[in-house]
Amino acid sequence: MFENILIWFVVIPVIMMAGLGLCRNSSMNAIRAVMVVCSTVLLGLSIWLCCDFLKLRAEGVDDEMLFTGSWMWYEPLNIHLAVGVDGISVLMLMLSSVIVFAGTFASWKISPLPKNFFLWFALLSTGVFGFFISIDIFTMFMFYEVALIPMYLLIGVWGTGRKEYSAMKLTLMLMGGSAFLMLGLLGIYWHSVGPDGQHTWNILEIANYASIAPQWQYMLFCFTFVGFGVLGAMFPFHTWSPDGHACAPTAVSMLHAGVLMKLGGYGCFRIAIYLLPQAANELAWIFIILTGISIVYGAFSACVQTDLKYINAYSSVSHCGMVLFAILMLNTTAMTGAILQMLSHGLMTALFFALIGMIYGRTHTRDIRQMGGLMKIMPYLGVCYMIAGFASLGLPGLSGFVAEMTIFFGSFQDADLFHRIFVIAATCSIVITAVYILRVVGKLLLGPVQDEHHLALTDATWFERLSTVTLIVCIAGIGCFPNWINEAIQYSFGPIIDAIHLAAL
Amino acid sequence: MDYSQFGSMIPELIVFGIFLVVFLFDTFSGEKGKKILTPFATILFLLGTIAIWIIPASGVEIFGGMYVNNTATNAIKAILNVGVFIVLLQSAEWVQSDEVAVRKGEFYELLLVTLFGMYLMVSARHFLLFIIGLESASLPLAAMVAFNKKHYESHEAAIKYIMTAVFSSAILLTGLSFVYAFSGGSLYFSDIAMNIGNAPTSGLLIAALAFVIGGIGFKLSLVPFHLWTADVYEGAPTAITSYLSVVSKGAAAFAFFVIFVQCFGTVYSNAWEWMMYGVIILTITVGNLFAIRQKNMKRFMAFSSISQAGYIMLGAMAADGLGLASMMFYIFVYVVSNLGAFAVISTIEDHTGKLSMDDYNGLHKTNPWLSFAMTLAMFSLAGIPPFAGFFSKILIFTSVTGSGSWALYMLVLIALINTIISLYYYLLVVKAMWISPEEPQIQKFESGKCQRVGLTLCIAGIVFFGLVPYIYQYCYDAVLNSQDLINAIYVFLF
Repeated sequence: MFENILIWFVVIPVIMMAGLGLCRNSSMNAIRAVMVVCSTVLLGLSIWLCCDFLKLRAEGVDDEMLFTGSWMWYEPLNIHLAVGVDGISVLMLMLSSVIVFAGTFASWKISPLPKNFFLWFALLSTGVFGFFISIDIFTMFMFYEVALIPMYLLIGVWGTGRKEYSAMKLTLMLMGGSAFLMLGLLGIYWHSVGPDGQHTWNILEIANYASIAPQWQYMLFCFTFVGFGVLGAMFPFHTWSPDGHACAPTAVSMLHAGVLMKLGGYGCFRIAIYLLPQAANELAWIFIILTGISIVYGAFSACVQTDLKYINAYSSVSHCGMVLFAILMLNTTAMTGAILQMLSHGLMTALFFALIGMIYGRTHTRDIRQMGGLMKIMPYLGVCYMIAGFASLGLPGLSGFVAEMTIFFGSFQDADLFHRIFVIAATCSIVITAVYILRVVGKLLLGPVQDEHHLALTDATWFERLSTVTLIVCIAGIGCFPNWINEAIQYSFGPIIDAIHLAAL
Repeated sequence: MDYSQFGSMIPELIVFGIFLVVFLFDTFSGEKGKKILTPFATILFLLGTIAIWIIPASGVEIFGGMYVNNTATNAIKAILNVGVFIVLLQSAEWVQSDEVAVRKGEFYELLLVTLFGMYLMVSARHFLLFIIGLESASLPLAAMVAFNKKHYESHEAAIKYIMTAVFSSAILLTGLSFVYAFSGGSLYFSDIAMNIGNAPTSGLLIAALAFVIGGIGFKLSLVPFHLWTADVYEGAPTAITSYLSVVSKGAAAFAFFVIFVQCFGTVYSNAWEWMMYGVIILTITVGNLFAIRQKNMKRFMAFSSISQAGYIMLGAMAADGLGLASMMFYIFVYVVSNLGAFAVISTIEDHTGKLSMDDYNGLHKTNPWLSFAMTLAMFSLAGIPPFAGFFSKILIFTSVTGSGSWALYMLVLIALINTIISLYYYLLVVKAMWISPEEPQIQKFESGKCQRVGLTLCIAGIVFFGLVPYIYQYCYDAVLNSQDLINAIYVFLF
């Protein structure tokens, strides 16, 4: 079992938890050492996996999933621990490990109860990594829920503001989504028959051998898409997102906006659309309307917020809406864009939240009306904030441009009026994004200093610099060299697009 | 009569033997002997539990088919025994307290007698034996509920319990006399199943099954037969409450499954399917909604256990081998999770006398391990992975949806939505312990050794037995190897 590299993505966070369990709550250095070592190992592991993966692809291995492995778990119900990755999952694993790494440094001085904080943080990352390596929908769902529940304590104990309310709202809404999701998955399980005549949870077997009756597909598609859509902050199920993000501690906002919301998009793509292609063809329009609303509504809402975290939370609603929107276009180009957008948004939002956490740690306010001229006081953080902002509004050379261009190119391929209208509306969100980003940058960084006390503040420390530099390098890397990502994911869409075309006939 | 038949009742003989030894020891030992009664009884019971796990089932029907000892009954008895063992550990400190110490022998004896009754309920294949089991499981429990002699609430609870117990027995017997009309003059489960055949829906049949559901529903505290639960749970000593909430419920749930699948399986869709939909939906929802408003931890756990009973009964709706296995696994997980929660509650009550949820505010500052254990127990009860509660819930949902009917999917959807409500109130406890900013109400204290062992066992069960499928596999194999059950299920399905 342990010869499979993917298992280690779950094993290392578990080791991390065990290591933290041995530390004392007061020995901050030991806790930091465990976190830094394990998150660095995870980062290294994901880079190694990526290189291996690209090498195999370059050698012409065109299997749908690589590094597969499957071990029987609950035999009576044919539940396996099945793992495997394609290009998309590899990229998602890389994204997660980068953000876990950056998040560790961003919460360098967490208090109180640092040990408990990192324990739940490690459990959260176990769930995230486990989700991306699974190809068995049962284990996928299990890891999905593992990733959700630590949020309650992370926000509730270490958060700020109306944390009790937000934590409860977030947890209940996401778990409510997962209740619908569970029903959808149960339906998929009982309506699919694998190659050996048994019902199966394995994604590849369901996709290749089972054909679920259309009338069931419609119901199951709605359940699964809504289930994952709640986590992807789809309108009207997005209301947990602004409150949750605003109250969460820095590292948790980073991981949540950066990675957890991608679980929603990835799940919609991998389960709802791939396994239920016929329903996806027929019912995509409903969700195109909803995600279209998310994009525009999120962007407009961000324009009127004054709290830095709320601005970014609404901007996340808009950007994550774009991910789901692009996936629903059901063509290769748009889906490529969706994956790029997931990466881009993950890195850029993580950077935003890290910076907001750092600024808040110094000024003790997140209200943009009470701040100004920070560029003069802390030039490093100011520049980083500008980079993040430019990535968000799609400046060429940074990741946002590549992602959004691909999405709109792809989306425009559908020539009917309905799609055209929604694509044009969605494209307008770029302009709105520019409005709110430039408004914040202008108010916060430029202009006169609003508060005398701010003049005494210091610039970033070394661990903060490390955290931000990692993210900026990745953002610029995607922006300048998007080609290798294309290479990694080029085989991933074939089966899905084929399934959709087959179902459309 | 062939007395060698008694030799096949191995689990019953073991429990009866332990009862006799404890009784004689308690009667004839002096002051010194009384002191070691608790460890003596606990260790003896542990050995008995191990014996039941190890000794294979004889697989025979004796007394003309009245009693059956197969792998499934053995498995559920072993699971109940684990629960009782943990209860014994938890109560070790309480029975040493001044008020109870003189009567602690009685506590063990009554406990073992009720357990014996539950064994008979589980193994009965004739309603006469079932009633004997049910009564000997209920009546001594009333004495146990009244165990805190000097507490007014304890007496009130006992009176409430015994009145409802007697009343529900009367209802059950009425129902059985109706059943007698269908069964051609026999109360054997197999005869009833044969004679009831594919009886058309008639008023008498509906009435008969409604009465039977009501009678057993009382033991399980299904809504609308739940009204005694909260008061009795609150009034009874905490050790008894935890015993009531898990062990007696587990036995009744298994017996319910056997009766409804083996006797009345053939009229599943004619008569009791829709009744059970109603009862389950009501049980889960009402239990959840009332639990939200509770401030007293024991009342809180009472309503939580009402809604959990609804989830257990989902296994009966699946009505096949998978359903029974999932149900048994659910009972096991429910035993460890609920007892884990009760272990914390009773430890805190023993040391500080505090029982209100507000007293738990800021508990992590003074007693981090207790609050950690309580958090895990709450997560497991709410069905959060990677804890065992998640697996038991999902497996039971999976087995229920297996038959593929829309109605069952909708039932599962309602149950799933209810898990969200239950998550809310379980998180309220977590919130009190970890998030509330108030100063801690409970001072730091050292809990007793036995309580710690009991709590550790619960936590180990919560953490490991979801990730390791051993218990589920054990239950599943046990069900598959129980020929009479499988035959009954087979007859009912085709």
